[in-house]
Amino acid sequence: MALIEIEDLEVTFGSGGRVVQALRNVSLSVCEEESFGIVGESGSGKSTVLRALCGLAPVTGGRMRIAGKAVPSPRDPEFYRRVQMVFQDPYASLHPRHTIDRVLSEPLAIHGFDRREQRVEQALDEVGLGAGFRFRYPHQLSGGQRQRVAIARALILEPSVILLDEPTSALDASIQAEVLNLLDRLRAERGLTYVLVSHDLAVVSHMCDRLVVMQSGEVVEHLTREALKDHVTKNDYTSNLLTASEGFTRDPAPQR
Amino acid sequence: MTADAPRQGLSEWLQSEQPASRRQARLGQAWRTWLAFTKNRLGMVGLGIVLLLVFVAIFADVIAPYDPVIGGDLRTLRLLPPSMDHLMGTDDLARDIFSRVIHGARLTLMVVALVAVIATPIGLLVGTTSGYFGGWLDIVLMRITDIFLAFPRLILALAFVAALGPGIENAIIAIAITSWPPYARLARAETLTIRNAEHIDAIRLQGASPARIIWGHVTPLCLSSVIIRVTLDMAGIILTAAGLGFLGLGAQPPQPEWGAMIAGGRRFLIDYWWVATMPGAAIFLVSLGFNLLGDGLRDVLDPKAAK
Repeated sequence: MALIEIEDLEVTFGSGGRVVQALRNVSLSVCEEESFGIVGESGSGKSTVLRALCGLAPVTGGRMRIAGKAVPSPRDPEFYRRVQMVFQDPYASLHPRHTIDRVLSEPLAIHGFDRREQRVEQALDEVGLGAGFRFRYPHQLSGGQRQRVAIARALILEPSVILLDEPTSALDASIQAEVLNLLDRLRAERGLTYVLVSHDLAVVSHMCDRLVVMQSGEVVEHLTREALKDHVTKNDYTSNLLTASEGFTRDPAPQR
Repeated sequence: MTADAPRQGLSEWLQSEQPASRRQARLGQAWRTWLAFTKNRLGMVGLGIVLLLVFVAIFADVIAPYDPVIGGDLRTLRLLPPSMDHLMGTDDLARDIFSRVIHGARLTLMVVALVAVIATPIGLLVGTTSGYFGGWLDIVLMRITDIFLAFPRLILALAFVAALGPGIENAIIAIAITSWPPYARLARAETLTIRNAEHIDAIRLQGASPARIIWGHVTPLCLSSVIIRVTLDMAGIILTAAGLGFLGLGAQPPQPEWGAMIAGGRRFLIDYWWVATMPGAAIFLVSLGFNLLGDGLRDVLDPKAAK
């Protein structure tokens, strides 16, 4: 059974004269313990799908269901315990004046969890940061370490779904691999469901079993990992994207 | 941390990259800010002047050689020029001006502290609420702020004092009521840039209530620029208090308030210059001190000014 079902999702920004329709008729479903990818160029609306699911973007139409139940609006605490998100920019997603300890303890305090001290230490261990990092400020950490803290924060409420909004695009290549391996390991250990948004096809093909390709607010193609590897696509845009992802070549990309 | 540990050890403990407790992390952060502040020489001068004001206000009874209210012999001790007996001379009621200036530090410090304590929270609350929620609440709160901003400050304070009656307490309330709007504006502008930051989205996704977000996440980021602004405004607050005193609407005689003392000395300005000049010099010095301190704080606290 599908864990996340999204049907005909529409998101419209602005009101009055300047209206931008960021998403049109987006439908997708994500199975339990699956890693699902959303790829597309900048501005294609791939991040907006995640933000709409979390209630950070104005949904103007369509249905969203999690485990068969409609997503409540405004979101209730139960939703936040089930679904968490890791943001793109680890430099912007941690409060600059809060220690790592506070970043990790606050969600526990909000949701009234017990054994907070142990949970914070355990969360830091799980993402490969020792207890020595606990009372540091974000400015004392590197980008990769910050993203590990962001992952720990997302995991500390023990959610079943993690939304990953380009989790590695702000990191350099070697750190990217470390963070992706960490995410892979955590998913295997905890049976998590991932929805991964990325413009990097290599990251998506490494992480995801199934994916959708988005262009200007619409889903243009559903693909599996095998299809992606073998470049079996029905859609021109997707094949262009695949060609572009191989980097610069002397042969021009096939024009449609 | 033991008390007999060497100073070097304390400094290392404070600057540790791996603090072991919440307290150490917070103290370490404060210590780093302090180290950055000590590099600013003018800021240190400002801090020195402000600390001097606090010291003088606390120990006014010990420092002042004469009683600030009860004068000496009216036949022989009136309007004496500065001398070793009377460092700043005496006024027309034979009171020692130095003692009055010293005791005036208490009133000035009270005005400054109370205005800061009353106006800063109001401004922060209005500004962050307005900026965070936006919409009609923002419109209503900002129009109220605009109305307060549209009046010249001294005139509005005058109106309040006229309505509430003269006296130092009413002057403080009047100044506080008229000085929060700039802080609200500033806090709102800061909030608008902060509220769409990813770390605010992140805490929202943890299920935090708006009150928790505003108080725990938005306010700390607005606080530094508001503190800087309040410190820089201190000079203006002292001058407004002195202005109200000068107009006879602030502290009432015989209270040794600096503005009221200038007003009293105005009549003899040409022949007995020290009567008005000495409290004027005190106002100048303290205003300058707060301005230098504010400038120094801006260099340290404002992340945008950081090199």
